Amino acid sequence: MGDSSLLAAHELDVAIGGRTLVRRLELSLEAGETLAILGRNGTGKTTLLHTLAGLLAPRSGTVALDGRSYAHRDARETARLRGLLAQSQVDAFPATVLETALVGRHPHLGRWAWEGEADAAIARQALAAVGLSELEIRPVHTLSGGERQRLAIAALLAQQTRLYLLDEPTTHLDLNHQIAMLDLVSRYAGQCGAGFVIVLHDVNLALRYCRRALLLFGEGAWREGPVDEVLTAESLSELYGHPLRELRDGERRLFVPV
Amino acid sequence: MPSRRRAFLVILLLLFATAGAVAGSLAVGSLALTPTQLLDALRGGADSGLAGQVLWSLRLPRTFAALACGGLLALAGALMQVLLKNPLADPYVLGVSGGASVGALSALFFGLPLFFLHAGAFAGALLAMLLVFGLAHGDGSWTQTRLLLTGVIVAAGCGAVLTLLLALAPEASLRGMLFWLMGDLSQAPAPWAALVLMLLAVLALLPWARDLNLLTRGELSARSLGVPVEKLRVFIYLLASLLTAVAVNLAGAIGFVGLMVPHLVRLAVGNDQRLLLPASMLAGGTLLVVADTLARSLIAPRQLPVGVLTALIGVPSFLWLLARQSSRSRK
Repeated sequence: MGDSSLLAAHELDVAIGGRTLVRRLELSLEAGETLAILGRNGTGKTTLLHTLAGLLAPRSGTVALDGRSYAHRDARETARLRGLLAQSQVDAFPATVLETALVGRHPHLGRWAWEGEADAAIARQALAAVGLSELEIRPVHTLSGGERQRLAIAALLAQQTRLYLLDEPTTHLDLNHQIAMLDLVSRYAGQCGAGFVIVLHDVNLALRYCRRALLLFGEGAWREGPVDEVLTAESLSELYGHPLRELRDGERRLFVPV
Repeated sequence: MPSRRRAFLVILLLLFATAGAVAGSLAVGSLALTPTQLLDALRGGADSGLAGQVLWSLRLPRTFAALACGGLLALAGALMQVLLKNPLADPYVLGVSGGASVGALSALFFGLPLFFLHAGAFAGALLAMLLVFGLAHGDGSWTQTRLLLTGVIVAAGCGAVLTLLLALAPEASLRGMLFWLMGDLSQAPAPWAALVLMLLAVLALLPWARDLNLLTRGELSARSLGVPVEKLRVFIYLLASLLTAVAVNLAGAIGFVGLMVPHLVRLAVGNDQRLLLPASMLAGGTLLVVADTLARSLIAPRQLPVGVLTALIGVPSFLWLLARQSSRSRK
């Protein structure tokens, strides 16, 4: 476990309500790497993601961001280094699309500061990256589910962090937008050297877009490694409790449920 | 796009409106004052004849009591709406006014002097606030639903006690009790401490206003953006309750201001708390000053309950803004 890793977990135990979800997890993610978390419902994907984001205290073990434990970091400073896409968004009050994207600028602004032109430019760039430039002044409550999800991702990109933790980023998205979204992730990882941890439901997307995968089997068991090694018909059948078969399309491997 | 310039202009405009309402309230009454007389009396102090006396000992304290009371209620309402992430929340939703009313009406019931009316109201408000906070805090997890449920139940309990007091009250004190429940500025104590508290509160909130914006967008995303959610929520809860207690102590349970003014302001200028909080405070104060001026002059020498007038002014303007908003977003 290198201290220079962007994200490192050591002997990490994650539990909720007295139930152990992950036991003695060892994980280290370098800049530019993408890691998929796969598992059945209730195996602790989201709980683990929140722990890796420093928002939940682990039962034991440590999580370090850029070489320093979350416990020793200030929350605002942490927010400039890592961002989290939550599973669902709350829109209790009206706001426009641009205002919502600007939310990501919060940790970069001082107590008395207001968003300036530079922040607006960053937010507009993020909106353009997810294809929402046209909708800048639209009220959020008039967006479709997919547009709302892309807006949440734009707000996250405007946060300009080095590590992104995404909880089911492809929810509500059409096929073309799922691909566009994960292409965007690859681009950010490749060009900007950002690290990504992504909770995914689609094995084939994980295989195509992520370098590594972490499988959560529930009851604390896990397996982690490069997707080519970890994602096999055998391990996935065990993971989902349903037999999967591997198909080949030239170089590409695909998994389908039997 | 939120901009400081726009916020500044809105606040400036509201300041003019507030100043106008205050001047109007000082001039209007059984002894009407021309602008020149008003200025003379203000300069001359309390000794400058009848005008000076009326102004300094009656109208000035009452006008500023209305200003403070309206501002406090609107500010507390805006905070409760953030805290509960619910645009229907008002300062009374968590039982603070129920507690205050029980305290005040008990004082009236037993025919205690005026001092005990205010002391009772304030003590009742604080007790209700601590009760709700303690109970909702009990198991360490401080969820919104638990807080809301506890508040509503405590408010309901206070309501029952109030009905009991009203049913048993001697005929003579009944009218005073009803007026107190509807809100009444004629018995208000000196408002200066309340005014200072109101200004300090809004100044203390402004540097945290962007964090409050995030709080309305969900606890998890707020925390991931570096907002100290738990501390901030406890702070807003205690502050909003304190502001409500002080407002209720000034003038009884005046309805509508705390619910309607933040809404009205939100419809007009958006939900950015950096603008919404100070603007609500000014708009609430102005509305109550205007309402109280009308309440004491429309059918003078008799007085109308001011809470009725806040509703009569507020409801049509609210509906108009709502209609305008929906026609605009359809375009």
